[in-house]
Amino acid sequence: MYRKEELEAVSRARAAWEKRVLARALERVPEQRERFATHSGLEVRRLYTPEDVAGLDYCRDLGFPGEYPFTRGVQPTMYRARPWTMRQYAGFGSAEETNRRFRYLLEQGQTGLSVAFDLPTQVGYDSDHPMAEGEVGKVGVAIDSLEDVERLFDRIPLDQVSTSMTINSPAAVLLAMVVAVAEKQGVDPSSLAGTVQNDILKEYVARGTYIFPPRPSVRLVTDVFAWCSEHLPRWNAISISGYHMREAGATAVQEIAFTLANAIAYVEAARQAGLDVDAIGPRLSFFFAAQIDILEEVAKFRAARRLWARIMRERFGARDPRSWMLRFHTQTAGVSLTAQQPENNIVRTALEALAAVLGGTQSLHTNSMDEALALPSEKAVRVALRTQQILAHETNVGQTIDPLGGSYFIEALTDRLEEEAQAYLARIDGMGGAVAAIERGFFQDEIQREAYAHQLALERGDRIVVGVNAYQVAEEPPTAILRPDPAVAREQAGRLEALRARRDGEKVRAALERLGQAAAGDQNLMPPILEAVRAYATLGEICDTLRQAFGEYRAAAI
Amino acid sequence: MSRREAGGASRPIRVLVAKPGLDGHDRGAIVIARALRDAGMEVIYTGLRQTPEQIARAAVEEDVDVVALSSLSGAHDTLFPRVVAELRRVGLDDRLIIGGGIIPAEDVPRLKEAGIAACFGPGTPTSEVVDYIRRAVGRPAKPKGL
Repeated sequence: MYRKEELEAVSRARAAWEKRVLARALERVPEQRERFATHSGLEVRRLYTPEDVAGLDYCRDLGFPGEYPFTRGVQPTMYRARPWTMRQYAGFGSAEETNRRFRYLLEQGQTGLSVAFDLPTQVGYDSDHPMAEGEVGKVGVAIDSLEDVERLFDRIPLDQVSTSMTINSPAAVLLAMVVAVAEKQGVDPSSLAGTVQNDILKEYVARGTYIFPPRPSVRLVTDVFAWCSEHLPRWNAISISGYHMREAGATAVQEIAFTLANAIAYVEAARQAGLDVDAIGPRLSFFFAAQIDILEEVAKFRAARRLWARIMRERFGARDPRSWMLRFHTQTAGVSLTAQQPENNIVRTALEALAAVLGGTQSLHTNSMDEALALPSEKAVRVALRTQQILAHETNVGQTIDPLGGSYFIEALTDRLEEEAQAYLARIDGMGGAVAAIERGFFQDEIQREAYAHQLALERGDRIVVGVNAYQVAEEPPTAILRPDPAVAREQAGRLEALRARRDGEKVRAALERLGQAAAGDQNLMPPILEAVRAYATLGEICDTLRQAFGEYRAAAI
Repeated sequence: MSRREAGGASRPIRVLVAKPGLDGHDRGAIVIARALRDAGMEVIYTGLRQTPEQIARAAVEEDVDVVALSSLSGAHDTLFPRVVAELRRVGLDDRLIIGGGIIPAEDVPRLKEAGIAACFGPGTPTSEVVDYIRRAVGRPAKPKGL
């Protein structure tokens, strides 16, 4: 970036400044600590100068937005063309209740939907299964069959609103249900825009909504890739997620490394299944956390973009520029929210959202202030959405692209994060890739160690969380906590009973049998799943059929 | 004779950390398990997705003094009392049972009534949990029937 003489001059001037100015200042008032570090533990020096970016080659390492290696952003105009998609994750209770919340959010100016499913749905149990006890409709909407998805999207035009679904192990089933509903709405599936999370690998590391063992699960993932590349050109076939690993305790470096390691495993699996890297590359999307260390997060997003572009082009030989682009959704950090003085969470979320926008996110979920206490209330959700609208319309941060690009510190930190993540990737390659590393518990151990270190730092007071280990007040009990209607489990059970009596049982049986045969062989599972969904087979029935073919995954006790 | 009787007061406190229900968020459970271990307790973590029956069975097999339940999914209101009932059914009615996770304050009295001795919410220092368990287990057991 600089000529040799310029750098030498800076170097001399810095040495002089340290001697004349800095030394005296330090004598008068010493710094607060000996070592300053990012949230993830990377050392932060007092000052960054052109010396710290001496190795940077602008065209090679930064380039221009919309061009390789996309460090500055994936689109040539970014938020000048249109702001990021404001997409609040929502869902609770029954499909009707969630449909009302969706329509409320759309009326309030939200621009995309993001469906939260309850845990029985996420692990493939019908609402009347014994394992579903106490969980129906709690952390998301309860879905048992196509009927429920019809209610979920009632009066929501699927060709106009893009829909993201946080569903992994049964992703193929829920995707089939959306396709079937679109057909019923008269919408051509090829015009559907949206995302299925469909990222099973991170479920074994964090979050835990797995059903089947890793290897058949990865087959389901690549079956969805193949089917989407043929039938749903505007649909993201996966959202490769660092978010949940970060929430479980991962550092920013680990978040980049483990997410991209999983992404590499999916691309390799897809290639083994005979798919071309440029057929699936453009439909891969990503999902990261925005933690509260704003500058580290901005550098993280930039480093992840550059590293993925290099991996896709250099390692996998992708030729389509869209395959090189790391497009991502961001959610502010749930773990940064405190149960103490919950109003402070509005501020935390706003700062994290700012980091996501400065980092060039494509879509954003902002957490609600009351989420360390319970499900978010309507008012809290509105404030969270308003936070994004204030960022988009009042702050002007989106007027220029990658506004922190070129900062000596941000560029040095971007380089450092990329290097550290690459070192992890080399170790993971050495273990035989992400699947093998996860099977031996490598990601899990690394993350748990960081989570515990974080807790100890809090308890020693090395790290301050306002309201938790400093600046406490006597807490007032929270009011107006949202509770899903407890009747939902009973209602869902009643509906299931009626559905099973009403539908064509023979058609369901035959569809499930064909699915079982397909699972035992190696044909793509999407067509038989679609057939079963259209026959109103339940989610539990479809997943049970697959359980028989694939077996179930059980994590070891420790 | 169980190890509990054989070991008497000198044996380390044994704790079962358990995740009832389908919730997969176990950062809290794992951090607590490590902190209790560092405090000299013997800790068994069940892993995810345990039924109340499985938790009670593990508590018997491991002969624990304490069962620590974690749930962040809102299922605590159903599942914590179910675990207490199962523990009683298998004869462990004198063990300390505590809970943690996202548990609204207004639910705590009902859980206490059901037999959950204490609930620890987000932001609780692990030292507070350690001290609580030491005090509670050190206390003489209440005579049966009271």
